[in-house]
Amino acid sequence: MREMIKMIVVLTILSSFSGGLLAALKNGTQEKIDYQELKNVKGPAIESILKGCENDPIVDRFKITDGEQERSFFVGIFNGKPKSVAFETYGKGFAGKVGVIVGVNLEDGSMLGAQVTTHNETPGVGSKAKDDPSFVSQFTKKIVTDTFGVKQDGGNIDAIAGATITSRGVCMAVTQAGEIYKRLKPEIAKQLDKFK
Amino acid sequence: MAKSIAYEFGKGLWKEIPPFRLVLGLCPVLAVTTSLQNGVGMGLATTFVLVCSNVLVSMLRKVIPSKVRIACFIIIIATFVTVVELLMQAYAYKLYETLGIFIPLIVVNCIVLGRAEAFAYKKPIIHSLADGLGIGIGFTLSLGALGAVREIFGNGTLLKYSVFGPSFKPFTFLIEAPGAFVCLGLMLALMNLAGKK
Repeated sequence: MREMIKMIVVLTILSSFSGGLLAALKNGTQEKIDYQELKNVKGPAIESILKGCENDPIVDRFKITDGEQERSFFVGIFNGKPKSVAFETYGKGFAGKVGVIVGVNLEDGSMLGAQVTTHNETPGVGSKAKDDPSFVSQFTKKIVTDTFGVKQDGGNIDAIAGATITSRGVCMAVTQAGEIYKRLKPEIAKQLDKFK
Repeated sequence: MAKSIAYEFGKGLWKEIPPFRLVLGLCPVLAVTTSLQNGVGMGLATTFVLVCSNVLVSMLRKVIPSKVRIACFIIIIATFVTVVELLMQAYAYKLYETLGIFIPLIVVNCIVLGRAEAFAYKKPIIHSLADGLGIGIGFTLSLGALGAVREIFGNGTLLKYSVFGPSFKPFTFLIEAPGAFVCLGLMLALMNLAGKK
């Protein structure tokens, strides 16, 4: 009986110590890990959209609660003024969600650029949305709150040959970005003021 | 005393060098040694876990009841593995991405559990420390050597620098999984040859 109690006590103490230590470490490293994940997964896209900004957009980020969702916004500071944000939206592609990061200039609502981040599209066909910059560059300088669609549907964007559904998904994501932007603009502007 | 500590340390480097002499812990040995950097990264992570778990097991060897010792070892090892995983994710994200699942799998690496069971549970702390350090460094060196050979011939580079120049056509077979077995086999043969003399 004594032996059994000892076993239980030792195992319990050991497990609780281990649990406590790991919880503390997890808390301590959480911020750093979030940063690393953003930097390595979304970082390249954000950096290419906010090219030439003077800050690190992955450090200067904020969150806004939009309905039930929390959205992350990345701030780009140009000439000392924080007037641009980049954020991610999703459209429906050929094989699941297509993530698109859109950079918007708050002064006139024009887009600094768009980049596809995560997708499961067919390699060599739909994946061109990410790999071929000539497709996403069509969004640059356009006003984000416009509605976007591929030319086949009477829209204003040239679809990628053979990947109309993917192209449609990207347009959908950018259109949605416009809606989010319209809805959250006052809040975004308020948050941006903090970076001055 | 000092001599026996030196012996415990030294044996891991040659006489009992894990993948080549004991032929233990082959899963990461085969899987992650596609380059020198990956091999050494994996080796160092394992060394850290091995040293910490050896010391802690040795420290607690009088407290841990022998009937639940394996469970206790696993808790200790798993804790340190998670520590390594979190730290690597925070400070060496690229390495964390390439090593992927093999970091959490250190928990079931039989070298770590083997040293705890066969050595640290019976020996004083200093000896266990020396043993863990020796075996760990031996493991790192083996992984590094295997990684270097596979990277040089399979990819024509070493630490991303080109070794043979642009005219070299890489022997990509070595980077793939079957190449790992062949490479390991050749190295084992070489080690046996060297050990015979």
